[in-house]
Amino acid sequence: MCTVCGCGDAKVEGHAHSHDHDHAHPHDHDHGHDHGPDHHHDDDRHIHYGRGIAGVHVPGLSQSRIVQIERDILGHNNDFAGRNRAWAAEHGVLALNLVSSPGSGKTTLLCRTAEALKAKVPVAVIEGDQQTSFDADRIRATGIPALQVNTGKGCHLDAHMVESAIARLAPADDSVLFIENVGNLVCPAAFDLGEAYKVAILSVTEGEDKPLKYPDMFAAAGLMILNKIDLLPHTDFDVARCIDFARRVNPDIVVLQLSARTGEGFDQWLAWITEGRRRAVAERITALEAKLAAAKASLGTA
Amino acid sequence: MHEMSLTEGVVRILEEQAATHGFSRIKTVWLEIGELSTVVPDSMEFCFGAVAAGNPLTKDARLEIIRVPGTAWCMDCSASVEIATRTDPCPRCGGYQVTVTAGTEMRIKEVEVE
Repeated sequence: MCTVCGCGDAKVEGHAHSHDHDHAHPHDHDHGHDHGPDHHHDDDRHIHYGRGIAGVHVPGLSQSRIVQIERDILGHNNDFAGRNRAWAAEHGVLALNLVSSPGSGKTTLLCRTAEALKAKVPVAVIEGDQQTSFDADRIRATGIPALQVNTGKGCHLDAHMVESAIARLAPADDSVLFIENVGNLVCPAAFDLGEAYKVAILSVTEGEDKPLKYPDMFAAAGLMILNKIDLLPHTDFDVARCIDFARRVNPDIVVLQLSARTGEGFDQWLAWITEGRRRAVAERITALEAKLAAAKASLGTA
Repeated sequence: MHEMSLTEGVVRILEEQAATHGFSRIKTVWLEIGELSTVVPDSMEFCFGAVAAGNPLTKDARLEIIRVPGTAWCMDCSASVEIATRTDPCPRCGGYQVTVTAGTEMRIKEVEVE
């Protein structure tokens, strides 16, 4: 259990505190939890926290009353994500949320991608890490505007952090915005940032079974990148098996194989981005043309 | 995973609702948590104990979790089927052409208040 994540000490670079909560974050628990012996459905090989007992809904009506709430727990985050998505649509921005384990090569991939794209399209990067601005420094060295968001103890970016980062970074119209999430295949799956796609990066030095071990992330991703394929001859990684596993949890997932170090397979990745951006810009043009037509029509009828 | 921040989100929503509906003490909170959601009910209960204790609105509140079964659409069978995890095959044909249709929800359903 990740009991320390999501605490309100996230920092947007150059910005004192993006999350001011006036509540405390108690992490010391001195209360007991009376869990019965059948509380976990375990066998003698593993403890499985994913299967709990069903709650029983028997409200004891007395002096008290029942209030229907019907609110999504992530509703607050999703409101911010919706605003970020609306901002992207209005500005013709293709926003991609890059998610992976630590060490999959996300930042190397981003540096090479930024280098390849920067002459043709505007690019901006939001970097999420618990601490340090090392990654944003690496991106800025390529001449691309980048902003570091430190999540402090948090294990994922949330949509509110991204909204603050967008406001500070002010990406250009019709640009590609890469959001490099905290290296973590678990928590970022649940937090919509307002991106067009989540891009899950898996390197061939990791296990090919990760799509089954972390199914929520691969189910949420639109694209899976198999990175470091230049190292395939030195590993036992089974590409076909990995892709099969990914498609089991997400039949629609697109898969690209590349090496961010050698550039092998990069053309397809750049083509995928370019097509996504073309669609984002085309939608903005359609919206602008509708506005223009409305403005002209208003003159005609005046 | 991130049950602590989710639980804080629950308490924040409850505070908003307390202001809207005019109640000051919650006796029971019912959450609907899908079998395929990213939340572990045990962790949610643990975190709720910690977060709720520090708030006058929720300090005596009991958490009840209603599980919502996982449901998916099997493209090969053209049928809605029940699955227990995202990695399950279709229980009818054994294939993996299944898309989740229900069971990912994480909702506050209702509260018993005074």
